[in-house]
Amino acid sequence: MDGRRAIPHIAADSCKGCGLCLSVCPENVLAIEAAQVNLKGYFPVSVKAEENCIGCLSCALICPDVVFTIERIDDHLEGRDE
Amino acid sequence: MSVIFKKTTGLTEAATHYCPGCTHGIAHRLVGEALEELGLLGDTIGCASVGCSIFSYNYFNVDMIECSHGRAPAVATGIKRTVPDKTVFTYQGDGDLAAIGTAEIVHAAHRGENITVIFINNAIYGMTGGQMAPTTLPGQKATTAPAGRIAEFSGRPLKMSEMLAEVPGAAYVERVSLHHPKYIRKAKKAILKGFTCQLAKGGFAMVELLSTCPTGWGLDPVEAMEWLEANMIPYYPLGVLKTPEEV
Ligand SMILES: Cc1ncc(C[n+]2csc(CCOP(=O)(O)OP(=O)(O)O)c2C)c(N)n1
Ligand code: SF4
Ligand code: SF4
Ligand code: SF4
Repeated sequence: MDGRRAIPHIAADSCKGCGLCLSVCPENVLAIEAAQVNLKGYFPVSVKAEENCIGCLSCALICPDVVFTIERIDDHLEGRDE
Repeated sequence: MSVIFKKTTGLTEAATHYCPGCTHGIAHRLVGEALEELGLLGDTIGCASVGCSIFSYNYFNVDMIECSHGRAPAVATGIKRTVPDKTVFTYQGDGDLAAIGTAEIVHAAHRGENITVIFINNAIYGMTGGQMAPTTLPGQKATTAPAGRIAEFSGRPLKMSEMLAEVPGAAYVERVSLHHPKYIRKAKKAILKGFTCQLAKGGFAMVELLSTCPTGWGLDPVEAMEWLEANMIPYYPLGVLKTPEEV
């Protein structure tokens, strides 16, 4: 069982690759891969370690382009006791 | 599974024209969220100004009007006095509010106009290519101050919030910062208060948001946030400068 609490969803084509979300994520969930280019021509952020997300919302709060939607995993609903 | 963060309906679907990492986008989202949470979408009129946020009328999901440079508080005054039941706000940069529009903002505060002012202080003129603003810090480089602002020559930067808090007609003035998620949460609270002050007919409310202009500053977005924290906050201290008792 992993420690995953939340899932960050990324609207990659809205991302401008500014890196602010990476700089504030406490769990190193996010990455920018120079291999990918989005519709706007930026290198978008992607999720590299989804299992580490604690749902702190820091990425979503600092993103100037509202790229993130965050879902919390409800342990009791998912049958995952602490 | 439950959604704990999603895009506010206070913003349109339009992608912004702002540079990567520009905090205008964060400020827009906070205003949109505040209006949505207060149930004011559909009942709000925003006054866009001149500066990089000139197209903000495309991004806020409310009725918007474009004002000439610095004149948003005068336009907002006319609108609010004509339709006092509407929520009216201005969204202005420091070139707009603290330079060409100084008279308008001072006298809107002086008259105690019941409007909410969102003041984006990024210490530079972003739109026109990074010229010195009245808010540019001593030593800070700008295209019109290539060696950095010299206080003896150009004066020391204007502290608009301190100045306006001294105006008797101003009801609520707070300075917040957008450099970190913890501070962004506080900024949201201040913006909410700026609007509830208007709903309570409290009078003139202004929230100053310390902001970055990575492009004009010649820094990457993360460095710009660090520069803001290290240089702007010491000169422009955060906090409430004036608050009405009842809000
Ligand atoms: C009457 C008039 N004078 C000057 C200008 C040129 N001008 C456009 S934006 C601007 C300043 C913008 O700076 P700021 O308000 O700080 O906004 P930012 O672009 O940094 O967000 C100036 C001087 C203008 N458009 N109209
Ligand atoms: S919610 Fe927090 S932990 Fe999860 S990706 Fe965003 S910043 Fe990282
Ligand atoms: S903060 Fe937003 S725009 Fe910037 S890299 Fe992250 S997701 Fe992309
Ligand atoms: S020039 Fe500066 S203020 Fe304007 S959009 Fe770019 S970073 Fe933002």
